Amino acid sequence: MTTTDLDAGTPARTSAPRGTGTRATRVLGIATVVAMAWLVAFGLGFSPADRDQEESVRILYVHVPTIWIAYLAFVVTAISSGCYLFGRKKSLGFDRVAGASAEIGVVFMAVTLIVGALWGRLTWGVFWQWDARLTTTALLFVTYIGYLAVRRLGGSHHQRAKRSAVLGLLAVLEIPLVHWSVRLWRSLHQEATVLRTDGDISMDGLMLFSLFVGVIAFTLLYVWLLLHRSRTMFLEDLIEDRGLDQALAARRAEAEEVRP
Amino acid sequence: MSAAIVGAIVEMDDAGFIIGSYVLTFATVGLFAWRTLRRGRRLAEQVPDEEKYWL
Repeated sequence: MTTTDLDAGTPARTSAPRGTGTRATRVLGIATVVAMAWLVAFGLGFSPADRDQEESVRILYVHVPTIWIAYLAFVVTAISSGCYLFGRKKSLGFDRVAGASAEIGVVFMAVTLIVGALWGRLTWGVFWQWDARLTTTALLFVTYIGYLAVRRLGGSHHQRAKRSAVLGLLAVLEIPLVHWSVRLWRSLHQEATVLRTDGDISMDGLMLFSLFVGVIAFTLLYVWLLLHRSRTMFLEDLIEDRGLDQALAARRAEAEEVRP
Repeated sequence: MSAAIVGAIVEMDDAGFIIGSYVLTFATVGLFAWRTLRRGRRLAEQVPDEEKYWL
């Protein structure tokens, strides 16, 4: 990607992104920043206050998109895990996408839990309750922390990929439990407002649009993060392999010297 | 965003919690993005461009 200034014989200044970036990710990054600015403008400025929750409803525009993205990230982890486990090629690319997506999902889930606690303080009067939705969400968060810990257990890349793929496929089964927890058990948490089974979206048009802007903004951010994080994982694996190769070569050289 | 909107945001009820939620969200995700980019750049320096499949 780097161009060379032939006249001077020194590397030329280039506008090409460094590291794990490309022009496409740069464009995606700019689109994400613009979408986030729109989210702040609509979420905090243009959208109206709610009849019941008043101004605190504005937290919805970051709380709901972050949990949706966390779900999406964990589903992508499961799909990539399945592709690795059941695919013919056993490509480590699927494993890296699974790992990167799980990391992003954990970050978004942590944000959801903390922001949800702030919203809970305003609407319920408490930061935390061992309520069905909150407890199952916390359990999902801990499960994926475990998934990330399992990825760091050591062994070859394929051993890591195999064991984490199994866990990635099992952990995703918790998502329906979290989603339906408000119906399965008595819960303080409200039921779904948009993804309702009866199709009735009981939301003001501008509120729904603000939520839509939030979902778009965080989805763009997720894709941008996934591209960068999976490429970083590729570099980590490559450098680790190279280090192992060099260590093996050094040991072989030592053995050759010792041999009579 | 105009000064009027910024003023209205600051004066809204429970502004600390609401603005705090946005700041916390953007700060956490921004920190993760910054760490990912920084690590990627550092590692990319150790690998020739030919081996970077995205280039």
